Order: sequence, then structure tokens, then C-alpha cells
Amino acid sequence: MSQSVLHPGLDLRRKRSWRSTKSLLMSVLMGLSVVAVLIPLIAVMYAVISRGAGVMFASFPEFFTAEIPMISRKAGPGMGPAIVGTLLATGGATLIAVPLGILGAVYLHEYGGTTKFASIVRFMTTVMTGVPSIVMGLFIYLTWTMKFGYSAFGGALALACLMLPVVISSTEQMLRLVPTNLREASYALGASKSRTIVSVVLPAALPGIVSGSLLAIARAAGETAPLLFAVGAATAYNPHLFTEANTALSLQIFSNATSSFVAAQERAWGAALTLMTLTFMLTVIARIFTARFALKR
Amino acid sequence: MIDLRGKSAHADRAFRWVAVGAAALVLLVLGLIAVVMTDKARPVLAEMGLDFFTSTRWSAPDVLYGALPFIWGTLYTAAIALAIAVPVSLGVALFVTQIAPRWLKKPLVYMIDLVAVVPSVVFGLWGVLVLSQHFGLGRSFLTAGIILAVMITPIITSLAREVIETTPASEKEAALALGATRWEMIGATVLPHSKGGLVGAVMLGLGRALGETIAAALVIGSALGQITTNPFAPGNSMPAVIANEWGEADDMHKSALIALAVTLFIITIVVNLIATSIVQRSMRRSRGKV
Repeated sequence: MSQSVLHPGLDLRRKRSWRSTKSLLMSVLMGLSVVAVLIPLIAVMYAVISRGAGVMFASFPEFFTAEIPMISRKAGPGMGPAIVGTLLATGGATLIAVPLGILGAVYLHEYGGTTKFASIVRFMTTVMTGVPSIVMGLFIYLTWTMKFGYSAFGGALALACLMLPVVISSTEQMLRLVPTNLREASYALGASKSRTIVSVVLPAALPGIVSGSLLAIARAAGETAPLLFAVGAATAYNPHLFTEANTALSLQIFSNATSSFVAAQERAWGAALTLMTLTFMLTVIARIFTARFALKR
Repeated sequence: MIDLRGKSAHADRAFRWVAVGAAALVLLVLGLIAVVMTDKARPVLAEMGLDFFTSTRWSAPDVLYGALPFIWGTLYTAAIALAIAVPVSLGVALFVTQIAPRWLKKPLVYMIDLVAVVPSVVFGLWGVLVLSQHFGLGRSFLTAGIILAVMITPIITSLAREVIETTPASEKEAALALGATRWEMIGATVLPHSKGGLVGAVMLGLGRALGETIAAALVIGSALGQITTNPFAPGNSMPAVIANEWGEADDMHKSALIALAVTLFIITIVVNLIATSIVQRSMRRSRGKV
């Protein structure tokens, strides 16, 4: 490896004017690639806001409260049940994945360290992060839905499987930032290891853990594929977590996007704006946590 | 060692075991996924044998399940996505780390990360109702590739940024002091230094592109049996087929879709494993060096 030696390709003998022109050209290309990334972002936001807001405020607040029309070509509001479904599935997933993820990370960093078992778990956590979301959905269908039927809870399980590795690795990173001094001080006061973790280490890392978890929740709230097989389909309110088919904002967008009826497409845009507002809000809150309270690296 | 734990020793041990259990859950879930999915995929593999991977005919009424067109579609759209996303991500990462003034850096990173927050189904919706209709692309491999490119760019960019920022300032300054232009400096120090990590970042983006379902399912066109390099042709990919056909599938058909999921699972896992090991190795090397 050429460690401190400059790259052999560096040829400074050519004419200065050509070399600086080339450098300028490449800088312009880099600037253009930034533009290339921002264009789709702005285009998507523009489309979602302009078309979604129209639908949303044409019938406000019924859009958020009314049931979804049974006949999809019928114009008019209604995403209430989908909002409830998204909150149920995402909330359920959060209650499952966040505590388990934090505990798993506590094991990895506070107990396991560099032991063989911890290394395997850490490795498998990375593997699990890469499992396609549709595979998680099918897995939950085969192990849960086939026995217990469609419900928001099935969706929650699938989302929890997706969130678990994310929460584990982001929490472990935060635990790494907690200074060893704090733990030693706690031990010196006679606290046991579990006591130290619960009342010293975790509180110190809390803002980072909250921030990482919120990002995982935001990702989960926008997921569609895991819900596809476990949640089923519904147009009426279903506030029950464990029983009966439900629906979700992402599922509504997915099914309405390919509809040839304008009314259905309109509702898809409205649902998209609702969903994006939700995920963006979670992300912003996560950012505030990171910026305000997080441990400095 | 002095043991001051006294009566809390039990609680201590219990807490430890709960934590171990939570960590072991990862292994349990992954193991279950592998076992359950391969078990349910067995009927179709028994019926089709290796033809499942090599045949191009996929027809539920005839009980023929050849997955090759979908495997092709997945790989082809991912390749298109990479062809677009890699140069763009690299350009963005270089712009943010080497060119952008300090005040611009943070808002730029923030904006790019925002792309990663947009749910994939929203990209799909935009792809179906805006991109494919108003830009004459139709639903095709290319449309799917573009949408996937947009979705994986933030991931590749943020990893590339991290890797590039580990380039020692001394090397960059040395190149500049010799009279190198900014681009020559990048070519001589930044790129060779970050090569390994950049490859890893691209591989992680590839893993994401292969497994992305919903956006692809919406815009790829759901055409059966297309193996073509024509990017404007409608096609299909493994996750898209699973998402679109599951609803009306009988038992054997479901088994075939699960076999597709297993294939996808294996491909993405392999890609991700290679990516992770490359990234970790290059990060460790560059950290050790500084």
C-alpha cells in the first residue's frame, strides 16, 4: 500500500492551463451531481405537497377522520383507518423492538465485549439489517399470520424484525460513547453491574438512544412490504391491535397508486403527504435530540 | 476481588440473562427465517428442480415456475441504479468534503439525508404517476432503475463521505504543495486512500437496491418472461413479483414466491456480507493509520 507516498498517477508536468481547466471541470461536475440529487427530492416533495395538500384541505378535517370509501372510484375523503393502522403497527413494533434492541446492545457492549458469542451476534445483526423487508413480511406471514390471521400486530411483528438490528447497532454505538469513568465511579459507590447499567450508563446514553430509535421508527412507519402480507386489507376503522384485518397509510398508497381512478390517486397523494409529514416529524425530533442532548464524540 | 454485590447478586445475574436473551433473539429470528422459508420453498423446488433458476417460463396455470426473468430483472435494475447512483454519489461526497464551504456543508448533508427519509412507497407513487407518465419513460427497467438510484444515493453518499474524510490532511496538503490542482489532489490522495471503503459503500447500496420492493413493484411494469437489455422494456423483478402475485396465489404458486424470496434473501445477504467486511476492513486500516 502506498501509505504516505503520493499516487504514481500524479503527473504535474502537463501544461498548467489544461490541468486547471480539468480541475475546474471536475468541480463543476461534482456540483452538478449535488443538483442531480436535489432535483428528485424537490420534485417528489413538490408533487406530494401540491397534490396531497389539495386533497387534504379540500375536505378538512374529514380527510383524517373519515373512513376509506369502499368503492375506490368514489371521490372524497377518508384516510382515518389508515392513520390508525399505521400508528398501531408502528407503535406495536416500537414497544417490541426498542426495549429488546436496547437490551441486546447492553449485552453486546456491557457484557459481551469481544467474546465469541458477542462477535457472532454483532455480525448477525449486520446481516439482519440487510434482510429485504419483503422477506421479513413473508416470514411473519408464515410464522404468525397463517396461524392467527390478519391483524395490525402481524405488521408490528414484521416491522419489529426490521427495527431490531437497527436499534441494536445504534444503541451500541451510543453506549460506546459513555465514558468508562462513569461506570467506575458507580462501582466505587458499591453499585452492582445491573444497577450501574440501569441508573448510570443508560441515562447517560439516553438522548442518543432515543434519537437512534426515532430514526428506526420513522423508517418503519414508511415501510410497505412487511405489512403487505400480515396486515390484510380494510376500509373501516379497526382499533384492535390483535384481531381483524387492518390497513395502513403505506398500504393505501401502494394499492391506490396503480388505480386508474383519479379519486383513488388523489387519496394516495393525500396519504403520501400524511405519511411523509409523520416520518419527517420523527426525523426532526431525532435531530433535535442529537443536537441538544447527545454526548459529544 | 471484593464482592460488594451482596443480595443484589441475583438481580444482577437475572438482568444479565435477560440481556443475553435479547441478543440471542437476533440469531433466533435469522435462523427461523432461514429454516421456515426454505421449508416452504421446498415443494416448488421439488417440482421444478434446478429449472426454477434456469427456466424462463413462469405460468401459474401450467404449474411452471422459471424464475430466471425475475432474477435477471432484479440484477438488471440494480445495475442501472448503480450506474446512475455511483458517479452521482461519489460526486456529491467529493463536493461536500472537498469543495463545499463550511456553511454549506451541513445543510447539504441534511438535505441528502432527507432523501433517505422519504418512504419508498412515496417514491413509487411519484414514479408511477409523475416520472413514468410525464417523461415518456413508461413503466420499465429504466424507470425502476432511476427510482432505485434516487433511493440508494443517500446511503452510498453518506458512507463515501465517512470514508473520504479519513484521508489524512497531510497527504492532501502535500499534493497541493507540489502544485497539484484540486482534482489532481483528489486523484492522487483521496481516491486511492478511500478505494476500499468506496467499493464497500457501493456494495451496500447494491444490497439495498436488490432488496427494495415497493418502489420497484410499482414502476417496473410487471411484464412476464422478459430477458432483455432494452432499458425501456417493461420487466419484472423478484420482490416485485412477490408483492404483486401473492394475493391471488394458490399453494404451489405461494411456494414459488417463497422460493423467490429465499433466492433474494441469499443474494442480498451475500452482497451485504461482502460489503460489510470491505467497509470494516478499510475503516480499520485508515483509522489505524492516522
